[in-house]
Amino acid sequence: MGRRRVSNNGILQGSFFMDGDTACAEGAICAGCRFFGGYPITPATEIAERMARRLPQVGGTYIQMEDEIASISAVLGASWAGTRAMTATSGPGFSLMMENLGLGIITETPCVLVNVQRGGPSTGMPTLVGQGDMMQARWGSHGPYETIALSPGSPQELFDLTIRAFNLAEKYRTPVLVMTDEAVGHMTERVVIPPLEEIEYYARRKPQVPPNGYLPYRPDPDGVPPMACAGEGYRIHVTGLTHNEKGYPDTVSVETQQKLVERLIRKIRANQDDIIELREDQVEEADVVVVAYGISARTAARPVRMAREMGLKVGLLKLVTVWPFAEERIRELAPKVEGFVVPEINMGQIAQEVERCAGGQAQTILVPHAGGGLHHPNDVLEAIKRVTSPQSTSAETSP
Amino acid sequence: MVDELTDVLISKHHPMDKLLRQDRLPHIWCSGCGLGTVLTCFVSALEKLDLDMDQVVVVSGIGCTGRAAGYLNLDGFHTTHGRAIPFATGLKLGNPELKVVVISGDGDLMAIGGNHFIHAARRNMDLTVICVNNFNYGMTSGQLAPTTPTNARTSTSPYGNAEHPFNVPYLAAATGATYVARWTVLHVRRLERSIIEAMNKRGFSVVEVISPCPTYYGRWNKMGSALEQMKYYHDKSTIRHWSDPAQADIGLEGQIIVGRFVDIDKPTFCDLLQGADQ
Repeated sequence: MGRRRVSNNGILQGSFFMDGDTACAEGAICAGCRFFGGYPITPATEIAERMARRLPQVGGTYIQMEDEIASISAVLGASWAGTRAMTATSGPGFSLMMENLGLGIITETPCVLVNVQRGGPSTGMPTLVGQGDMMQARWGSHGPYETIALSPGSPQELFDLTIRAFNLAEKYRTPVLVMTDEAVGHMTERVVIPPLEEIEYYARRKPQVPPNGYLPYRPDPDGVPPMACAGEGYRIHVTGLTHNEKGYPDTVSVETQQKLVERLIRKIRANQDDIIELREDQVEEADVVVVAYGISARTAARPVRMAREMGLKVGLLKLVTVWPFAEERIRELAPKVEGFVVPEINMGQIAQEVERCAGGQAQTILVPHAGGGLHHPNDVLEAIKRVTSPQSTSAETSP
Repeated sequence: MVDELTDVLISKHHPMDKLLRQDRLPHIWCSGCGLGTVLTCFVSALEKLDLDMDQVVVVSGIGCTGRAAGYLNLDGFHTTHGRAIPFATGLKLGNPELKVVVISGDGDLMAIGGNHFIHAARRNMDLTVICVNNFNYGMTSGQLAPTTPTNARTSTSPYGNAEHPFNVPYLAAATGATYVARWTVLHVRRLERSIIEAMNKRGFSVVEVISPCPTYYGRWNKMGSALEQMKYYHDKSTIRHWSDPAQADIGLEGQIIVGRFVDIDKPTFCDLLQGADQ
């Protein structure tokens, strides 16, 4: 164990043995998060508990709201007060948050929402792992939009990606989802917290014009508008209705709707090179590429190694950013490989995206898991072998 | 000469222009609606309050009243249905210097937002809530609300309401509000004074305003024109300060007990939070 210390400003630094949920909270504090509104839910409760203890030590505010609807509402409000704010939940709470996730998207409110996924549907398996909310992360709130979702596979990654989530949220003025899971949240490992000065901090983009010349929703060239907050003298009007650049409702104009929706999507898609983070292991020379994320990318390492020991050319493509989806990379690889294998702890969500982007040029084999446990290495290995065996046929993504 | 006289006699500016978004007017409210009166009382209260208007924030939910935030030249947030109070809670905790006022309707605050209302009251969150009660959902054309009196007709209670309504001051008082008042839109001076008192109050303050909806609720219940409804308020309102809000139920065509019911002091959420830190 390296040196551990708490600096005068209450920020940890050094090497620690901590679970993923705690690492997430510490990452948030290092990222400058000073407001947490939450509601206890297994397996995300430890994040709330850690924040309740830690935020007062760094001058922040913790509040336990009456439900997850209120939690995300308070997070949005705190962000508009100029604070970096977050909440953390699991499936049932994530469902309740979908309404105001949409408000965060249309009002372009930077904030971070952590989902420590568990087995579903409904109350499901509160204490056990799942990855069944990945499509909900993409489409869960109504209406057309684009989203950013990151998927950590270890406590260290949960720490790192929570920080990244805050920076992406500020940079692109949107709620960012950290889609982790029970296995990572409750796994205890070494987490290294670097000195604060080495941690990236993307400051909120503020208006460069006086209040009378400010249009709250006039974007900079990258599609992101500078953000004035409440109490700064800009007299902003912010609404969940379709609005023009002034922020005023314009609910009967198809043009205003189109302009707004296209910009909300474009500001993320046009910057996907910056947002999408992938980790690749021997993908270039592979015949089979295992595409995985979160804990499933970690458990895929062993069957990939086993397959390589059998002489198969297998690569591992880890989606650190799940949304926006790595379409270009899958399209690039599809003609070069025989197939993709997608293990995920659901009955086929990201596998469908892989299959869509493969466009029939390579087969896609889903390795489903209903939840409550991790994939057995043999299940993934068998799928890899199926791709490379001569009898293998076309795409199979249905379980 | 004529022009000079015109300049003197006809003002080109409304005295409240400074606090209203002129580029958003005229408003969308129906003729005879009480919301214009509520907005006027709120603006005139603001003018009498010693506050930095850059620090005053109005948050609303959805509905006719929800549009109020959009007409005020203040920082304003028009949030989702029922969520004004938790959003306002985040604003206040994110920047305790802000003076945060929630202006929303009875359907928004009492039905879909009912849970948030009682918990903000319980916490004694330092917010002012102006709840405009027109006994129905006006924006969606007059459906049943949790404040609709028993037996009253609406488009979704066409045979008469079979439910018991919420009594807003009683609910607010019971769940922990430190200032509770009720007025009708007829009581403009008293309403304005109550808004001033509520905004000067540290803690969760609630002002309920009974307001006519001649277009829907009034028509369904044969209450006549807006003027006749104002006459009803005149005839049936009884000022009873400091009376037990439990006795202030409102029935169909019954009396309306108005006044200041609660004005107490107790620590706010932020007070207790700071105490807990020490």
